[in-house]
Amino acid sequence: MASAIEGCTEKVIGRPGGLYAEFPRKGGAAPTATHYCPGCGHGIIHKLIGEALSDLDIQDRTVMISPVGCAVFAYYYFDCGNLQVAHGRAPAVGTGVSRAEDNAVVIAYQGDGDLASIGLNETMQAANRGEKMAIFFVNNTVYGMTGGQMAPTTLIGEKTITCPEGRDPRFAGYPLHMCEILNNLKAPVFIERVSISDISHIRKARKAIRKALEIQRDGKGYAFVEVLSTCPTNLRQDSEQSTRFVNEEMEKEFPLGNFRDLSDETQPLLRGESDFNKDTIDRLFNLETESSPDAMHDPTFKEVHVKAAGFGGQGVLSMGLTLAHAGCNAQRFVSWYPSYGPEQRGGTSNCSIVVSGESIGSPVVNVPDVLVAMNRPSLEKFAGDVKQGGIILYDSTIGECDIPSGIRGIAVPAVRIAGEAGSEKAANTVMLGVMLSLGVTGLSEENFREAIAETFSDKPKLISLNHKVLEAAAAWAKENL
Amino acid sequence: MATQLVKGNTAAVIGALYAGCDCYFGYPITPASEILQEASKYFPQVGRKFVQAESEEAAINMVYGAASAGHRVMTASSGPGLSLKQEGISYLAGSELPCVIIDIMRAGPGLGNIGPEQSDYSQVVKGGGHGNYRNIVLAPNSVQEMCDLAIKGFELAFRYRNPVCILADGVLGQMVESIQFPEKAVEPQIDTTWAVNGTAATRKNLVTSIFLDFDLLEEFNYKLQEKYAVIRENEVDCEEYMTSDASIILVSYGISSRICRSAVDQARKEGIRVGLFRPRTLFPFPEKELRAIADSRECTFVSVEMSNGQMQEDVRLAIGCTRPVELVNRMGGNLMTLNQVVERIREISSREA
Repeated sequence: MASAIEGCTEKVIGRPGGLYAEFPRKGGAAPTATHYCPGCGHGIIHKLIGEALSDLDIQDRTVMISPVGCAVFAYYYFDCGNLQVAHGRAPAVGTGVSRAEDNAVVIAYQGDGDLASIGLNETMQAANRGEKMAIFFVNNTVYGMTGGQMAPTTLIGEKTITCPEGRDPRFAGYPLHMCEILNNLKAPVFIERVSISDISHIRKARKAIRKALEIQRDGKGYAFVEVLSTCPTNLRQDSEQSTRFVNEEMEKEFPLGNFRDLSDETQPLLRGESDFNKDTIDRLFNLETESSPDAMHDPTFKEVHVKAAGFGGQGVLSMGLTLAHAGCNAQRFVSWYPSYGPEQRGGTSNCSIVVSGESIGSPVVNVPDVLVAMNRPSLEKFAGDVKQGGIILYDSTIGECDIPSGIRGIAVPAVRIAGEAGSEKAANTVMLGVMLSLGVTGLSEENFREAIAETFSDKPKLISLNHKVLEAAAAWAKENL
Repeated sequence: MATQLVKGNTAAVIGALYAGCDCYFGYPITPASEILQEASKYFPQVGRKFVQAESEEAAINMVYGAASAGHRVMTASSGPGLSLKQEGISYLAGSELPCVIIDIMRAGPGLGNIGPEQSDYSQVVKGGGHGNYRNIVLAPNSVQEMCDLAIKGFELAFRYRNPVCILADGVLGQMVESIQFPEKAVEPQIDTTWAVNGTAATRKNLVTSIFLDFDLLEEFNYKLQEKYAVIRENEVDCEEYMTSDASIILVSYGISSRICRSAVDQARKEGIRVGLFRPRTLFPFPEKELRAIADSRECTFVSVEMSNGQMQEDVRLAIGCTRPVELVNRMGGNLMTLNQVVERIREISSREA
C-alpha cells in the first residue's frame, strides 16, 4: 500500500460525474477498470466527455450512442441514457432520437471505420441536415475491435493487417479528411480537429468537447469533433511511439484546428410538439365536410365492371375515380385500381372500376362489362376481353375498327362534344355522360354531378365546365343511341 | 362514422396518425412512395416528425432511434428497400423495439419491376435479417384494413416490444376504396421502464442487442422464442369464407385473397364445395386452424399467391403434410386471373369426383 509522502497533502482525483464510479455492465473481476487496452485513447476521451456532461448538468438529457468498434461498450461507462446501434448508423439513430425528443442531448461516439467508411453516408447527411447532435469522431487510423485492418484514415505507407506493405494509394486511395469534407457543408455549427497525444493537446481537446456539448445543451445544432487518438495495440507501438506517431505523422496528414464555430450567432433550433388530438386529425381530412355515406348491402344491384384505358394525359384515371366517387355517393361498394407508377408516364394507362351492391372481391377487372378506350392501342389491347353482351365506348377519332361479335361498339365523338362544350380536355367526362345515358352503371345523374364536384374540388372552375360536358354528352347519347 | 374514398397507401398513413404515430422516416420507392408523400404532407401539419432519409438503411435506423426513445414510429418500403432495411430490422428485434414497417411488395428478384408480387413473404415472415428473430406480420386485403392494421400494428408492437410488418402488395397500395375513419385517436405515453428519451426517468436505461457472453445471449434468444410462443398463442388472426363444408380450401392472403373470394363465389354457383382460408396474420401463422380443417375431412388445399410458393411451404408445415397442398400462382408483376383460379378449382373438383 502506498504511504503518504512526507510534506505532501493527499489529493484523490475522482472519476468525472458523467462516468459511473463502477462498471457493473462490464462485469468481470475489475469493476472499476475499463475494457480498453493500456495506452488507448478512448479512456481519455471518455473522461473528457464525462466531465463535461456533469459540469454542464446535462446527464439527464443525454442519450449516448455507442458505435460498433472498440467503443461498442461506451455504455458501460457513461451515466446517462444509452443506446447501442449498428455499424456506421449512429447519425441516423441520433436523428431519430433527436426528432422524437427535441430536448434530448444526443451524442454519437464513433471510430474511423464506423464513421468514415461504412457510415459515411449517414455521417454526411446528418451533418448536412444540421441534426442536433454532437459527433465525437475518434480517429486512430485503424480498425481496433476487428483486429487492426486498414481504416479510411490510415496514412499512406502505414502498415496494417490488410495493407501489410503499407497503404498504397494506387490500390487503396488516400486518407479521408472528415473535418475538411464536412466543412464544405452549410449546416454544421461547429467543426474542430483535436488530439489527445499529450497534456497540452488534451487541454485543447477538452475545450472543443465542451463546446460541442454546450451547443447541444442550447439546442443549436450539429457539432463535430475529430480526435486524433492512439491505438498502441494494433499499431504495435509503445506509449512514446504512439505519442510521436500522433504528433508527427498523423498531425501532418490531419492538421489540428478549428474549422468552424458558429455557436454564438446560431439560434436554438426548436421543433414543435406533436398533436394527438382526434379533432385535429379529423380536420386534416375535412371529415365534417367531405364524408360520403356508408355503402349499403343491396344484393339486387348488378355488379358493374368497367375498364378505362388511354394515353397518359387523356384523363382515364381521373374518369375512373369520378365513376368510383359516383358509386360511393350512391352508397355502393366501389373499388378503383390503376396501372401505376411514374414509369407508366408517356405510355398508356388504364384503370379498373368495380361498382357493387356487396363488398367487392377482386378489384381487378379482367372481363369488363364496359370498356372505355380513348385511343387505338387501348382498344386493340382490351376489346377481346369484353364480356359477351358488353359495351365498348371509343373515341370516334380512332376511326374504323373491329368490334368483336356480341359486343356493342359505340364510336363517341368525345373530343368534339367536349370541345363544343368548352374544352377538348374534358373528353373523358363525355364518356361518363354516355355511360350515364345508357344506364349501364346503375347510377343517377345526381351521383355523377356530385362526383364531378368532388373530383375537381381543388379547381372549382372546372366543375361547371364538366357538368356542362356531362349534360351535352347525355343529350348526344339520347339523340344518337 | 366518416367515410371517404382513399388510396391504400394513404389509408396506412391515416391509420398511423390515429394510432399516435409521431415519427415517420422513409425513402422513395414505387409502389410504396405515396406513404412517404402522404406522411410528408400530413405529419408536419399536426406537429408530427417527418424526415425523408438518405437511404433505406438510414430510414430504418432513424426508426431505431425514435423507437428507442419510446415513440410510435413508422416506415414503409417495397422489396428492394426491405432487403436494405433487414440489418436494421434485426437490430430492432434484437433490442426489442416496437415499430411498424410497411412493405408494399413489388416484383423481384433484383430490380425486377414495379408490378405487384407477394415474393417478400419469406424475407418478412421468416425474419429476413441475421439472427433468431421474428417479426409480427399482418396481411391486409382491403384499403380499410390498410388503415385498421396500421393501428393494430402499433398495439401489437408495443404489447410485445417487437417490430410489426404490414405485408401488402402493389395493388393494395395503389387501389382506392372507401374506408370508415377510426373513431378513436391514441394519445401515446412513453414507457419509461425501458425507453431512452433523454429524461431523468430513463437515464439508467440501456437499449442494446449486444450480449458478449455466449450463455447470456443464448438465454436472451430463448426469451425471444418464449415471446414468439406467446404471440403464436394469442395473436393468430384469420378469416374463413365458406370453408365449413368445403373439400377444396384456397389459402390466400392480401390481394390474391380478394381474387380467391370471387373465385369461391363463382365456383359455388357451379355447385363446387370450395372455401377460402385467409390468414390475416402471417406470423403468427394460423397453424392450428389449418390443421383443424385438415384433420376434419378429406380435402385439398390450394395456396394461391403471387410468388413461387413461399406460403405454400407454411401451409404444408401447418397441416403436417397430411393433405395435398397445390399451388396457383403468378409472378413477375402479374396478378392471377379469376379464371385461372376457377379453372384449377374445377380441375380438382373433377379429379375428386
